Amino acid sequence: MDRRHFLKLAGSIPLCATPVWVTELARSSTPAGADYRKLLLLIELKGGNDGLNTVVPYANPTYYALRPKIGIPREQVVQLSDRVGLHPALEPLLPLWKNRELALLQGVGYPAPNLSHFRSIEIWDTASRSEEYLQDGWLTRAFGAAPTPKSFAADGVIIGSPDLGPLAGGGTRAIALASTEQFLRQARLATLEGQSRNKALAHILKVEADIMQAASHLNANHVFTTEFPSGGFGNAIKTACQIVANEAGVAVVRVTLSGFDTHSGQPATQARLLGDLAGGVVALKSALQELGKWNDTLVLTYAEFGRRPKENLSNGTDHGTASAHFALGGRIAGGLYGDQPSLDRLSGDGNTDYAIDFRRVYATALDRWWGIPSSGPLGGSFTPLPILRA
Amino acid sequence: MATARNALALGLFSLAMSMTPSLAPTATASPSDLLDYDDARHLLNRAGFGATQAEIQRTVGMTRDQAARSLLDGARTNPVNPPPLWTAETGPLSYPRPGDASDAERKMFQQEQIRKGLELRGWWVGEMLATSSPLTERMTLFWHNHFVSSQQKVRLAWFMYRQNATLRANALGNFGDLLHAVARDPAMVIYLDNAQNRKGSPNENFAREVMELFTLGEGRYSEQDIKEAARAFTGWSLDRSTGQFVFRRFIHDDGVKTVLGRSGNLDGDKVVDILLAQPATAEFITRKLWREFVSPDPDENALRRIAQRFRDSRYDISTALREMLTSDAFYAPENRAALIKSPVELVVGTLRQFGMKPGEATPFAVAAAGMGQNLFAPPNVKGWPGQETWINASTLLARKRFLERLFRSDEAVNGALSGADAQAMVNDASINAIIPRHAVQPQGALDPDKARQARFMRAMERGMSSIPFDSEAWLAQFDASRGASSRGGAAARLLLATAPQSPQDASEPLALVRALVLDASYQLK
Repeated sequence: MDRRHFLKLAGSIPLCATPVWVTELARSSTPAGADYRKLLLLIELKGGNDGLNTVVPYANPTYYALRPKIGIPREQVVQLSDRVGLHPALEPLLPLWKNRELALLQGVGYPAPNLSHFRSIEIWDTASRSEEYLQDGWLTRAFGAAPTPKSFAADGVIIGSPDLGPLAGGGTRAIALASTEQFLRQARLATLEGQSRNKALAHILKVEADIMQAASHLNANHVFTTEFPSGGFGNAIKTACQIVANEAGVAVVRVTLSGFDTHSGQPATQARLLGDLAGGVVALKSALQELGKWNDTLVLTYAEFGRRPKENLSNGTDHGTASAHFALGGRIAGGLYGDQPSLDRLSGDGNTDYAIDFRRVYATALDRWWGIPSSGPLGGSFTPLPILRA
Repeated sequence: MATARNALALGLFSLAMSMTPSLAPTATASPSDLLDYDDARHLLNRAGFGATQAEIQRTVGMTRDQAARSLLDGARTNPVNPPPLWTAETGPLSYPRPGDASDAERKMFQQEQIRKGLELRGWWVGEMLATSSPLTERMTLFWHNHFVSSQQKVRLAWFMYRQNATLRANALGNFGDLLHAVARDPAMVIYLDNAQNRKGSPNENFAREVMELFTLGEGRYSEQDIKEAARAFTGWSLDRSTGQFVFRRFIHDDGVKTVLGRSGNLDGDKVVDILLAQPATAEFITRKLWREFVSPDPDENALRRIAQRFRDSRYDISTALREMLTSDAFYAPENRAALIKSPVELVVGTLRQFGMKPGEATPFAVAAAGMGQNLFAPPNVKGWPGQETWINASTLLARKRFLERLFRSDEAVNGALSGADAQAMVNDASINAIIPRHAVQPQGALDPDKARQARFMRAMERGMSSIPFDSEAWLAQFDASRGASSRGGAAARLLLATAPQSPQDASEPLALVRALVLDASYQLK
């Protein structure tokens, strides 16, 4: 039963006879079964990671024909099946794969793809159609329809980027921070100033109150035995784990790994970045296991697009369309999903078609992970992927 | 405060005053129409950037009409500050292709464009700070957010400058002229892909947006109208060797098209005229002006009246603005403090209000970008949505950090940007577009990029710390009229559009100023 329908039902009960539980339920307004204690951790591969050199179709001769210089040599591929394997820098993920805690989603994209970084990430963040402009992020709409518990520190925390992405727009309690300590220092500039009937002022005061609430709940006091990798991404993962360790919940955390816009000199750059990703994910699993939360965490990667199958003249790749993404966690049903890109049937501009609409990935998180209806927030019905164990 | 700028403003003002008796139609103005202090502050903050005490006092006692005319009549159409020298020469106007240039050459070209883009942002913010005609800059910014183009796609800073000059020249002029000019503006031709619009394979991007976002608004046209209009704009392109608009006859579709019921061998100009003939266009533009200057929720009756006057005047923008800025709705109590300052208004307004004159304005353009408004790079073709979307936990703290830093100390050198703050600014996603991508990678392996990043951050620090501010001297301006005991109240009345939300109990001058600008009300106008 969705919330609106429930409220209508509740409203039809004569006021004087309204039992307390009805009003309580209506007020709490989180649909039965919604479980925001389960964490969604998003990793943005900013710049557009090259999916074809991430999940490598090493048995396909067309792959090597399109990429004579930057193709990953067959003997270096971390083979997962007789057709595909991982980039060698992702070898640290092999134990997760063998443990069936890693799902590889092949060909994630959308119809009528846009090749601009800014526009395409906006499409992903707002879950809009290609030609549609929406203001609110897909998670903002989801939390609008099914709010998180008021006791939560925030709906979501964005680490290492002030751009709120899927949490942008009205209403959501989203906090952006580089590190918890720095956020707590800056939050001292916010003050609890009460309420106002002026709509604009009320909005500002609400945001100040959100900052205060997050600041009062978050800290970086937990001591992990896990060692986090050094460097920007390792620090972001550590910050994410510190936030998860706090008593007060958050429903979603997003971290960003930047630098995937590899128009030139791709091999060295991508190897370094995928190494950072793998190292970060391994530390993440270890730290969340310390907290007993690995089974309650769903990790998803996303990016504005993948890259063009044919390499360019600068040892790199240009903007593409569909790409490979990862889903990880203690409840993942590991394996290969979607389809390998059909390299023999490229579009006019040399790109591949998609196999999985990215909104199906979002529907999986909403319907199957949190148990909230996805069709409203996603503006349509998308079939969740069978990537979660019961 | 007795500066050349103010002297100039005063000169223009007396000129306007001497002209008003013959021009003012409202000879019967009742005393209640005469602007009091709060009215004058409201008008100047809504139609400019952060009015000073002196500017407000010069406006007190005027009629609504006189005050509006003092802003509109004789408004500038060109900048006070000379633009960067490179804007005078065209230079190479296309991005070198992989086959024609080495990677290093292409990278250098890209970095050159990024550097020029930054310089352009600094120049524009400098113009907003220096101009005697703040409404011209506010309207240039308004049109930048209406006829959106972004350097992220256009890439070449020179085209962005050219578009900015076109928007400024017509900012308070004629909307029809402006629309015709924008349709053949090279940056727009690139931004909305009309350069790729050719007979037989039309690109509908410009045709769609010119109806949906520039004139009629969604739902006032059919998909078929877009297809037909796209054919009319085929061949509207640009010559990369001169940087000028060019009509390419051989790729133009000469067939009969039907747009909004009008048929013929239409070209782009005819389509623009058809759009201008639609009453929906005047209403759509007036509604957007209302949201910019009056309130988030237009009064439909007043709106229709102003749109009608706008249309009757053949789209004279000044006429629409005068109607709006003299309306009862504009001065209505419920519309005071109803709008949220944009980042640029907050940054420029603060510097103007406190008489701070930075030698180099680029750090302030970067500061506004860190709050979500990166000039010359709106987020998408719809522009910055504005109002409440300006404020989230990240941007609100960026605003407060900026203000706290500006008023941390009366000593200029101690007001320096901290390394962490500069790093946060440089890491900002919206800045990524204007700073080389590798330069913002903490793990970046390339040393020249790291060196450039460090140079950039040092320059930002120097820029931010170069402004002296004397809080005691600034507060002293209120003593003459009000007595020292109430100068905190007088300062609050100048700085805040509505009552302060936090108790203002500081008595030390700098602490008092800091408390006022950090109050939530300071974000409103």
